[in-house]
Amino acid sequence: MSASAPQPPKSMQRVELDSAVIRFAGDSGDGMQLTGMQFTNTAALVGNDLATFPDYPAEIRAPAGTTFGVSGFQIHFSSHEIFTPGDSPDVLVAMNPAALVTNLPDLKRGGLLVLNTGAFTEGNLTKAGYKTNPIEGTSLDEKYKVIRIDVTKRNKEAVAAVGLSSKEADRSKNLWTLGLMYWMYSRPLEPTIKWIQDKFGKMPKIAEANILALKAGHAYGETAEIGAFHYNVPAAKLPPGKYRNITGNTATAWGIVAAGQLSGLPVMLGSYPITPASDILHELSALKRFGVKTFQAEDEIAAIGSAIGASYAGGFGVTTSSGPGVALKTEMIGLAIVVELPLLIINVQRGGPSTGLPTKTEQSDLLQSIYGRNGDSPLPVLAAASAAECFTMTIEAARIAIKFMTPVILLTDGYMANGSEPWKIPNVADLPKIPVTFRTEKEGFHPFLRDEKTLARTWAVPGTPDLMHRIGGIEKDYDSGNISYAPLNHEKMTRVRAQKVANVALDVPPAKLEIGNEAGGELIVVGWGSTLGAITSAVNECREEGIDVSYLHPRYMNPFQSNVGDLLKRFKKVLVPEMNNGQLVKILRSTYLVDAIGFSKVQGKPFKISEVANKIRETVGRKAKLDTDTDTGAAGAREVGGG
Amino acid sequence: MTQLTQLTKKDLASDQDVRWCPGCGDYAILTSVQKTLAELNIERHKTVFVSGIGCSSRFPYYMNTYGFHTIHGRAPTFATGIKLANPELDVWLVTGDGDGLSIGGNHMLHVLRRNVTVRILLFNNRIYGLTKGQYSPTSERGKKAKSTPDGSVDFPFSPCSVALGANAPFVARTSANDARHLGEMIKRAAAYKGVSFMEIFQNCNVFNDGAFDYFTDRDVAADSQIMLENGKPMIFGKQKTKGLRLIPGKLELEVVELGKNGITEKDLLVHDEHNAAQAFLLSHIEPPTYPMPMGVLYSIDREQYELGVTNQATAIIDKKGKGELQALLNSGDTWTVG
Repeated sequence: MSASAPQPPKSMQRVELDSAVIRFAGDSGDGMQLTGMQFTNTAALVGNDLATFPDYPAEIRAPAGTTFGVSGFQIHFSSHEIFTPGDSPDVLVAMNPAALVTNLPDLKRGGLLVLNTGAFTEGNLTKAGYKTNPIEGTSLDEKYKVIRIDVTKRNKEAVAAVGLSSKEADRSKNLWTLGLMYWMYSRPLEPTIKWIQDKFGKMPKIAEANILALKAGHAYGETAEIGAFHYNVPAAKLPPGKYRNITGNTATAWGIVAAGQLSGLPVMLGSYPITPASDILHELSALKRFGVKTFQAEDEIAAIGSAIGASYAGGFGVTTSSGPGVALKTEMIGLAIVVELPLLIINVQRGGPSTGLPTKTEQSDLLQSIYGRNGDSPLPVLAAASAAECFTMTIEAARIAIKFMTPVILLTDGYMANGSEPWKIPNVADLPKIPVTFRTEKEGFHPFLRDEKTLARTWAVPGTPDLMHRIGGIEKDYDSGNISYAPLNHEKMTRVRAQKVANVALDVPPAKLEIGNEAGGELIVVGWGSTLGAITSAVNECREEGIDVSYLHPRYMNPFQSNVGDLLKRFKKVLVPEMNNGQLVKILRSTYLVDAIGFSKVQGKPFKISEVANKIRETVGRKAKLDTDTDTGAAGAREVGGG
Repeated sequence: MTQLTQLTKKDLASDQDVRWCPGCGDYAILTSVQKTLAELNIERHKTVFVSGIGCSSRFPYYMNTYGFHTIHGRAPTFATGIKLANPELDVWLVTGDGDGLSIGGNHMLHVLRRNVTVRILLFNNRIYGLTKGQYSPTSERGKKAKSTPDGSVDFPFSPCSVALGANAPFVARTSANDARHLGEMIKRAAAYKGVSFMEIFQNCNVFNDGAFDYFTDRDVAADSQIMLENGKPMIFGKQKTKGLRLIPGKLELEVVELGKNGITEKDLLVHDEHNAAQAFLLSHIEPPTYPMPMGVLYSIDREQYELGVTNQATAIIDKKGKGELQALLNSGDTWTVG
């Protein structure tokens, strides 16, 4: 740029940011999830690393304007590698008073608050519990940078030319807001315009209104006097490759497709709709071209029964659900264990017990997965640690199920299922095949012949000439596979089934620390599942302060990798943060006799980095850092007894 | 594929000892199934018997076919998965009044309405046998059993009415003590393209002995059963002098005597297997007011579920081509780094 070139006014200069956290909040009918996903998509295309946290109510359309109907979507995007959706937003977009009252405590002090003043009507204020209008006066301005815009009105003006009804016109106000945020963070409009054109191709008026609204919001940023809030977050330096943004549920669904192709077995998904797992069923039901069959069963029991039936007939049976549904499947899982058929059970965990918090996240089904059945009924349990990882962990769970002829439970959770992150797209040719052997040889056959090394039983499928046989839930004779009530035989079969599952540990790579020193030290943090991001960031932060802390994050929850016990014993202290009331900590204590300390958060929300970091500091005798950033701070996470 | 050798009943028997109580009605059904399937010269390795839990559910262990003894009430779910994974397998489902209509009632409704091609044999003995004598959902009201010492106070239902209510396309009824009719019905079920539901009256000589004597005993059978035949007038009785007709002006059946009050064969109902309303009327009547209707109550043509699923997939593949995993992973918005 030459010296004589005209400079933009100072207020219009863009500020380069390393990262930013935005939260969109509004009524569940306001389209906040859509707005968040569009912003996410565009951030991904610009090349940012990102993490998202959709947070929506269980009610489909709670009465408009109420606090329990507030839907939120938080996105953290960055020019460097990030692991979480961010502890607290830098920007809060509040579309109505209810969204403000429920989300304001999380906003960073000095953060940017964008308010739709048009929604701060007397009725809405009452529904949100405000006695006076909070946006009047200067109390908000003392803590935050506040931008007051009547989005409702400006959007209506922007789309007036299209000639929609007032109600229809009002629907595009989320896109107006999105347009404004695109301007603030220097994002291109084109990806969203293209999306609108695709989505509303058959409704040209709606498409036109949405595009007009998006452009009007953008233009407002450019022309109105909010030039001080003009930022850019440059692309992140991710390893080279082709990327896409992916949610955990999509990654899981695609992992199921991949497992079918890698094994050559036709996949049959039996499922019953349940939050937050249903999207896997939706995704797969649209993938019939990949040889996947889906069956929406009459209930959770039928869902898994059909999957076992499919595996029995020589397919690969999969069932997807969440905690309450898995509880119903319990007896079926026991049958799959005793007849030794491959089966994949995916539990997208949510807040429990019972119906619990259907749309909120938790990781409290670990004990249910490992122990929750009648009889001695062991099975392998795996846990994915992030949205993108759901793809590889699904394939790995399928591989173990097929190789060891056993049901396998894969745990994900609502946080990673709905949250998204950039994913380096793998090369399908590089994915390892899953070998399958069907028995056809008649000589010496009985259905419970075992592989000497793994102890997996032989797999003879109906349709194979001369191998007609019967299996069932009654105990079988070790030597013939026929029904047997013999006392010593039952003990032998019980031990064989346990040993078979234990053998999985010999078939997987040893555990590696995420961060730290394998030789040992002061403290090791052990996490599992979707807490990976928060713990990674917290451990890194503490290590920068000179704390001797290492970090282990197993994906194999049962059996543990064979070196886990040895690793733990090299550290003076073991800290186990979990989004439950202390489950992994119990298992570690009982399995390895280590004095592990549990750290529990059960609020339907993921850990904040600061919560974990402070617990680490406290555990090694350092002072916790007070969270003075927001009004909420780190409330509630607490230590739990492991015993 | 045709088999060269003709099977015999023995070829259908497994090497396992049959463990039902001596005198149990299940033996007759086992014999009839083995004999009939041998006659039909089925491909044993492509045949699967699935069952739940209960006395009847031991059935698969005694058949020299593939067999899966599953969970109480849940056999239809496995059968559905088997047919989805491999539609070529011939799947038979053996259940009872407790297994199929109490604990497994929900699955029964849905396997019937979906029309998954499964041959369902429901052994109705109106009692729980394996748990040693509690009343079942088909036990008559007032049943004195282990758990109802003062008599049951709830009302039973008719398995065939339940099946018809669930939109089953094939519903039949027979009795374990009528070997000829039982064999005929098994053949009809085996030939049917879709889900076939067959209620088989079966005597439990330990916990509910003689439950069906009032219409199956040799002395009374002819007067208290009506053997339905498609296209034939509904005539029954020792002398073939009784019939069923609609009461004029009402949707209600009545028993009439031929030759009395000017009634001739032309006044009688003609059995029509395709008529759902008639089938429901027949499913609901019983002695002593009416004869017990036996035979195929209802049979219509309808697309088989597993073929519907396969056809849908084939049509999509024909239109859009087979799915390619790499293309799926690369679909939508992507970007390239360095």
